[in-house]
Amino acid sequence: MWPIGELYTAGLLIYAIAALAGLSAYFRKTSSAWIASLLCCASLVAAALEFIASVAALVAGMEFNWTLPSGIPFVHYGVRLDPLSAYFNLALSLLAACVAVFSIGYLKHGPAHKRPGLFCCFLNLMLLALTLVFTASNVIFFLICWELVVVTSYFLVVTDHESQESREGGMLYILMSRAGTGMMYVGFLLLATAAGSMEFQALHGSGEKLAPGVGAAAFLLLFFGFGVKAGIIPLHIWLPAAHPAAPSNVSALMSGVVIKTGIYGMARVFFDFYGVTPVWAGMLVLVAGVLSALLGVLYALMEHDLKRLLAFHSIENIGIILMGFGSALLFRSFGHPQLAALALVAGLFHTLNHGVFKCLLFLGAGSVLQGAKTRNMEEMGGLIRRMPWTAVFFLIGAIAISGLPPLNGFVSEWFTYQGLLAGFGATPTLTRMAFPIAGALLALTAALAATCFVKAFGIAFLALPRSENAEHASESPISMRAGMAMLAAACVALGLGATWFVPVFAPITRHAFGVQITEQLVAGNGLLLSAGSVHNGSVSPFMLALALVGLSAVPLALWFAHGRKSPRSIGPTWDCGLPGLTAANEYTATAFSKPLRMIFGALFRPRREIQAEFDVSPYYPTAIRFESEIQPAFETHVYEPLREGILAIAARARKIQTGSIHAYLAYIFVTLILLLIFGVRG
Amino acid sequence: MIEQALSIAIHIVLVLLLSPLVTGFNRVFKARVQARRGPGLFQPYRDLYKLLRKGMVIPNTASWIFTATPFVLFVTTLLASLLIPIVTAQAPMSLFGGVLAVVYLLALGRFFLALGGLDTGSSFGGLGSSREMTISAIAEPALMLAVFAVAIGAGSTNLSTVAQSALGQSWRFLAPSQMLAFAALFIVLIAETGRIPVDNPATHLELTMIHEAMILEYSGPYLALIEWAAFIKQLVLMTLLVNVFFPFGLSPSWSPGAVLFSLVLFIVKLFLLSVVVALVEVTNAKMRLFRVPELLAIGFVLSALALVSTFLFQG
Repeated sequence: MWPIGELYTAGLLIYAIAALAGLSAYFRKTSSAWIASLLCCASLVAAALEFIASVAALVAGMEFNWTLPSGIPFVHYGVRLDPLSAYFNLALSLLAACVAVFSIGYLKHGPAHKRPGLFCCFLNLMLLALTLVFTASNVIFFLICWELVVVTSYFLVVTDHESQESREGGMLYILMSRAGTGMMYVGFLLLATAAGSMEFQALHGSGEKLAPGVGAAAFLLLFFGFGVKAGIIPLHIWLPAAHPAAPSNVSALMSGVVIKTGIYGMARVFFDFYGVTPVWAGMLVLVAGVLSALLGVLYALMEHDLKRLLAFHSIENIGIILMGFGSALLFRSFGHPQLAALALVAGLFHTLNHGVFKCLLFLGAGSVLQGAKTRNMEEMGGLIRRMPWTAVFFLIGAIAISGLPPLNGFVSEWFTYQGLLAGFGATPTLTRMAFPIAGALLALTAALAATCFVKAFGIAFLALPRSENAEHASESPISMRAGMAMLAAACVALGLGATWFVPVFAPITRHAFGVQITEQLVAGNGLLLSAGSVHNGSVSPFMLALALVGLSAVPLALWFAHGRKSPRSIGPTWDCGLPGLTAANEYTATAFSKPLRMIFGALFRPRREIQAEFDVSPYYPTAIRFESEIQPAFETHVYEPLREGILAIAARARKIQTGSIHAYLAYIFVTLILLLIFGVRG
Repeated sequence: MIEQALSIAIHIVLVLLLSPLVTGFNRVFKARVQARRGPGLFQPYRDLYKLLRKGMVIPNTASWIFTATPFVLFVTTLLASLLIPIVTAQAPMSLFGGVLAVVYLLALGRFFLALGGLDTGSSFGGLGSSREMTISAIAEPALMLAVFAVAIGAGSTNLSTVAQSALGQSWRFLAPSQMLAFAALFIVLIAETGRIPVDNPATHLELTMIHEAMILEYSGPYLALIEWAAFIKQLVLMTLLVNVFFPFGLSPSWSPGAVLFSLVLFIVKLFLLSVVVALVEVTNAKMRLFRVPELLAIGFVLSALALVSTFLFQG
């Protein structure tokens, strides 16, 4: 018997103590590096405790809860570690542990090294708040913790507040979050009114008690409210602004975990609070998923800022997760709980997988940023020689995020495909066409993601260095490499060991749909993953990996029979007869994505400007200036008019802001009277 | 267990030996149609043998990615071929991954090949990588939708199950959904194997080449591995077409007589398909790069129609 509750609570306390210690270090103006290292180790210990507690809760199928009174009616500070909470807490603590290890080395140099105490305070506070968000069992307590995450992560994003980019990104983040939280409040209150309680356990199935119109309104409010946090298109604009501006270890946690709070909220609402939803609800989630995935990856392709590129990929992967959730909702609407469980497992598994490889990639980007002093891929190049370890880890992350076998991204995308495939036969009418079309667009998304990561890895790490800084880049310290190595190992383990990991989802699907999935998804003595049954399709990442190793005997045999003896020499790359190959001859990131920029020109509306100066003939220019940009569609067509509208309304509203204290007192008085009338009548 | 290992070994030998033959036949037939004499049926074997024994030049800008690429490409393509039924209805490793695994294993090989192109630092490599990744990305939805049409018809993504279910209904390829899906996959085959009108495997002209640009810096044994992998990939995709849509003759067991018969029939089917490919190649001119998406869009529409007709005619 595991002391789950004790481990969990001890983890929370260590986070809290570390946060307080960081704060006191800040006020005592201690800025020595060992404080930061110590506090990161504290986060590591706390994360490890949380990890053990979550794993034990999932494996033993145990639940655990405690409640503290708040002195306010309806509100309790209650936590509950049920299977869904435990699963998200597992993802959080795994990533937090790796980021903590990475941070030990990173904080010595990164933008946070000026105020390490304050940074560690906010970091631990955010981890504490995230743990509570995933485990809170009371609506109001949940929302309090939610706000705490927003505030602490805002301060972490603006760590480098001297830069305008950070400040603007942080501001956009907090503004969008406010809008999302507003919607969530209303949605939760509607649900809580129907249930007559603020406790999550009482809210189970309460969506069905609402009148259809109100239920739909609550669903929409909660979906879009959580959607802001998750970064679904078109509510995503804060994400590519805020994630790159943050220090890289914070970006990793933002993309790996913080946006997953939105996914957690959706999972909680869709599969716990709501019973059977109408068909349009599932369709909405599926379409939002497809749109986010495709547009996310298309915008990512156009980026040559490494961290912005990764931020857009977060939007893409959130889309893939929502494809799983959307199909699960549809299957439940049409009365196929088994298939709903399969699709839900796809979405949840991808949530963890995305967390792991995106965290790895952001940490890799942080390592590159520190080594090569730039985020612009056009100024990198050749880093594989100067930062060999970072290169290997980044490559593993790139393969995983592209959904290529045998790593973890492949497994969850495989489940997503199988869910979509089953949808065609399981749904009536033309609804069924939505599934294969979504599958085809998922295939496009995955292939574009692979293209994007060939670009990212190829341009940043391969060939010749493109700048002075890249030429003198150096490898990161051991702790940063260790953090990345842990995540890379997790990518491999979750891929090869998927058959052993999938049973973890059994308690979640049992709770949501009353379905036991382990026997359906794992077959062949635990070697095969199957889609409902082996007949429908099966895959074994472990055996594929084993076969890849085994089959390498064939080319190696050919090599030893012939190639080894053949003379080999090292020579210069063909430079078209020019005097030596330089970085100027290399393909750039912009050039690499040009065909796709042209093909999807209707979306990007690319604009380019070329100015050439010449002396004698235009064919012999002395200087060329080239400018190329794409139009950010949502910013220009949605948010710009919205911003202007809000400003116009604000200008009108200014008229009642007279600046006279008497007028304000009168407003307060009138409001009081109105409230009293309202109260008496109600 | 031993039977299993033996069948895998036979499968590997078959794939390795057969794949250059298909390319050889394609070249000979194309030459004859163009009233040339052509290089001879067994020229690809001679090329591979020659390349394996030649010396090679490694670019001084290249890293370990350049060295690893030929091996990764070769192994992933070979593994993909083991998931597909070739002469027996039961492919030796089909339980370990269905058609999705085939598509993604090929994608893994392509991922490394494109990195290998970028690793040399030459603009040709980058150009080839960029175009290869672009074309394969926009071919992907058509491919996957056609795969979906087939998998939904058979109720499985496992290729052996698909072939067995098709074996039961020999005339199923006449159903409109099957014919449309076949047409869509044929377009994808042209694009993925770098045939005219999408790419020209016989040219080294910078404006037109895609695949060849990517592997420009490879030589000797490494080039042999890459070429051989390209042959195998072509065999994999062609087998997918002939054995999924026209599975008759696939042997239900490993009895020598049935296997031999099925092998002969398989080679005939392959040659017939490669005649069609060659005819497409000689009667078309290469397209401009930015017309290729239109061709692939046709493939996408065809496979969408295949699904609609599944919906209409099979309920």
